[in-house]
Amino acid sequence: MIKYLLRYREILLVVIIAVLLAAFSTRSPGFARPANLSNIFNDTSILIILALGQMAVILTKSIDLSVAANVAFTGMAVAMLNAAYPGLPLIVILAAALGIGAVLGALNGILVWKLNIPSIVVTLGTLTIYRGMAFVLSGGGWVNAHQMTEPFLQTPRQIFLGLPLLGWTAILIVAAMYLVMSRTLLGRAIYASGGNPAAAVYAGIDVGRTRFLAFTISGTLAGLCGYLWVSRYAVAYVDIAAGFELDSVAACVIGGISTLGGIGSVAGAVLGSLFLGVIKNALPVINISPFSQMAISGAVIIAAVVFNARQERRRGRIILRDRGASEQIEGVT
Amino acid sequence: MSQSAQPEPVTDVPLLEMRGISKSFPGVMALDGVDIALFAGKVTALIGENGAGKSTLVKILTGIYAADAGEILVDGAPVHFANAQDAIDAGVTAIHQETVLFDELSVAENIFLGHAPRTRLGFVDWKAVNARALALLHSLESNIDPRIRLKDLSIAQRHLVAIARALSVDARIVIMDEPTAALSRKEVDDLFQIVQRLKRQGKAILFISHKFDEVYEIADHYAVFRDGRAVGSGELAGVSQDEIVRLMVGRSIAHAFPKAEVRLGETVLSVEAYTHPTEFRNISFALRKGEIFGIYGLVGAGRSEICQSLFGITRPSAGRLVLEGREIAIRSPGDAIGAGIVYVPEERGRHGAVLQLPIYQNISLPSLSRTSRSGFLRAAEEFALARKYAERFDLRAAALSVPVGTLSGGNQQKVVIGKWLATQPKILILDEPTKGIDIGSKAAVHAFISELASEGLSIIMVSSELPEIVGMSDRVMVMREGLSAGIFERDGLNPEALVRAATGNAGIQP
Ligand SMILES: Nc1ncnc2c1ncn2[C@@H]1O[C@H](COP(=O)(O)OP(=O)(O)OP(=O)(O)O)[C@@H](O)[C@H]1O
Ligand SMILES: [Mg+2]
Repeated sequence: MIKYLLRYREILLVVIIAVLLAAFSTRSPGFARPANLSNIFNDTSILIILALGQMAVILTKSIDLSVAANVAFTGMAVAMLNAAYPGLPLIVILAAALGIGAVLGALNGILVWKLNIPSIVVTLGTLTIYRGMAFVLSGGGWVNAHQMTEPFLQTPRQIFLGLPLLGWTAILIVAAMYLVMSRTLLGRAIYASGGNPAAAVYAGIDVGRTRFLAFTISGTLAGLCGYLWVSRYAVAYVDIAAGFELDSVAACVIGGISTLGGIGSVAGAVLGSLFLGVIKNALPVINISPFSQMAISGAVIIAAVVFNARQERRRGRIILRDRGASEQIEGVT
Repeated sequence: MSQSAQPEPVTDVPLLEMRGISKSFPGVMALDGVDIALFAGKVTALIGENGAGKSTLVKILTGIYAADAGEILVDGAPVHFANAQDAIDAGVTAIHQETVLFDELSVAENIFLGHAPRTRLGFVDWKAVNARALALLHSLESNIDPRIRLKDLSIAQRHLVAIARALSVDARIVIMDEPTAALSRKEVDDLFQIVQRLKRQGKAILFISHKFDEVYEIADHYAVFRDGRAVGSGELAGVSQDEIVRLMVGRSIAHAFPKAEVRLGETVLSVEAYTHPTEFRNISFALRKGEIFGIYGLVGAGRSEICQSLFGITRPSAGRLVLEGREIAIRSPGDAIGAGIVYVPEERGRHGAVLQLPIYQNISLPSLSRTSRSGFLRAAEEFALARKYAERFDLRAAALSVPVGTLSGGNQQKVVIGKWLATQPKILILDEPTKGIDIGSKAAVHAFISELASEGLSIIMVSSELPEIVGMSDRVMVMREGLSAGIFERDGLNPEALVRAATGNAGIQP
């Protein structure tokens, strides 16, 4: 039943996105041309990758508000690395981005796991700390395009089969996350830890460790996005990706990932991101002012949250059992 | 069925009648045109297998589900319940099979949530709330303090709170969906006294239970459901259990506890002076290969707590655990599973199943190390494992890929038991293994437990059901208030002795 609804929800999103594309192309012919679609996808790639990390965290009944700050710090770090040592091959830069991101994510995870602090508190704290670290690292300065090397800037822009490598990176991450979530022990542990933490503990799953790993995944992906972001916009400064953590949460919520944990899919996170991507790309095309754009994006997010909340209420009524009871595992451990 | 010859004027017009009620869920017809009538001052027992549609009927009657078809009449006049409040207003109250209570609220708040007595200014009258909660709990012979948080109570105590909550509404129609499942004999007696009082007050009572002794003890009428249809009803007097079972499952079931005689092997596990700071003290016993070791006691005697500490959920403050000659320390459920000790918890809705996950994923959850290769899952093996245990327990589900949350209460229990047996443990700890399971499946579970023991598995079985304890155990430890009140050998097992030890009034006996 729930799966059926979910599938329904995913099909619904596909339909809505198709309708939006059709509607926008009546206003602006060519909006739905393959070249523009590939462009939109490329534009949305970073959001997709971040949303997938966020999804893993939300599925475990947690939230990661530090992803955008992680993007900013990692982006700054690798941009400065590139500027200081232009000779470093890109692969080293990439490894550094993944590594730094992973460490920041793991730090969130450790605090949630070992100190049992709610994730919203932990990541609200680290959100400020990571941005602050970016400021300390750069002294408030910028790294500009002319300080970055050619491979650093151009590699994600290489077109392969009509799509830039940035887009292909997102596709690769989608495939990898699909594999992790549906085919591995870790994926199953993530669903079980969020779905019913108490039962997961009884089944021998270490819920805290699972959350830690989810945060590490989220951080690693955010680190990757740090590099992708500064390369794409050819600039690094303290405030990049400001507010983007909310976009990643919104993409998950729109994609039907339950904020109560345990329900949601990779397809949902991807479609939720694409939905936001299409809206963001379409509004300027049809001449809507940036302020109305923000209002419209906001309204869409609230509508999705309301829609989800209603679905969750329906589920709660049908199953009729102590939903709140398993919200905390402290009682068990 | 059998109509009594004597006219009984009181029972002529039903207080509540449901006619032609149907309700379907995707893929299942839970109720298919059922009729049922409840009479003032009478207890009607609703009987049927797991998944027969009993709880669905209760939820329709309490306004939680809307029926697809059919009508509800109160005093002969049609009523319509759009939501739960409508049903309460019409005088219907229910103890649900899966109780919905709030951990963070006090006992009294839970009991009066939504209908708390008010002061003249419209504020909640806390004095009255606490006093009335205390009175209600007293009438249930319980000494729970109404001011403590619900999360500090045991399962059975929560259950008493749920009962008190249902009784706190002044209703004319009282529904009890498996109210005795978590209770031991003494609490059941207290509950039945209350039921008798409600009867004298002219209330109509619908009583759902899988335990026939209780049904015969308390009910005046019966109604039997099978696969969503009403297949028989009438007065209970003069109708034999066999007839009802035949109506219920379409065949008769011999339920003589099928405990096979097993030659006990060497000691597998010895528990030495196990002590917990607050729950139990100085518990020692040795478990032998192939043995079924029963633990009996009143609710709250510390039985589940011992099991939980053996499984690594809580840690003892003193004592030793020796498994196959080696002293071991169990710090987490993962350690216990690794050592071959598994625990089927009593509170299966809460600790047992992940409701959003499909059946097959729930069954494979603690066995994933066997059904996976280097971190990757193998769906085919998971399905094979799930199918094996689903067939064993006659699980009623549309498919193994549906979420466990859509199953009936009893079928969810079967999933949880299957999930633990699938781990192929050395030592199996069962906490109320047949709670909420219908008579046919119960026989299957008992046969299976007995078979496991004869294959050399050692079993610790906590049960509040005397026939089950007496019928299945090789030895029984009786617990009272966290202490062992003696270990009884199979030869010396008799229900009276166990109850005496559990209640501690041995001295009063003549
Ligand atoms: N929310 C739901 N979604 C889908 N199917 C449901 C739902 N609730 C109940 N069912 C199905 O309806 C049927 C009847 O279930 P119900 O809970 O009424 O059984 P029951 O007689 O109370 O059984 P038990 O003795 O196990 O408590 C079952 O097949 C069950 O799987
Ligand atoms: Mg039921």
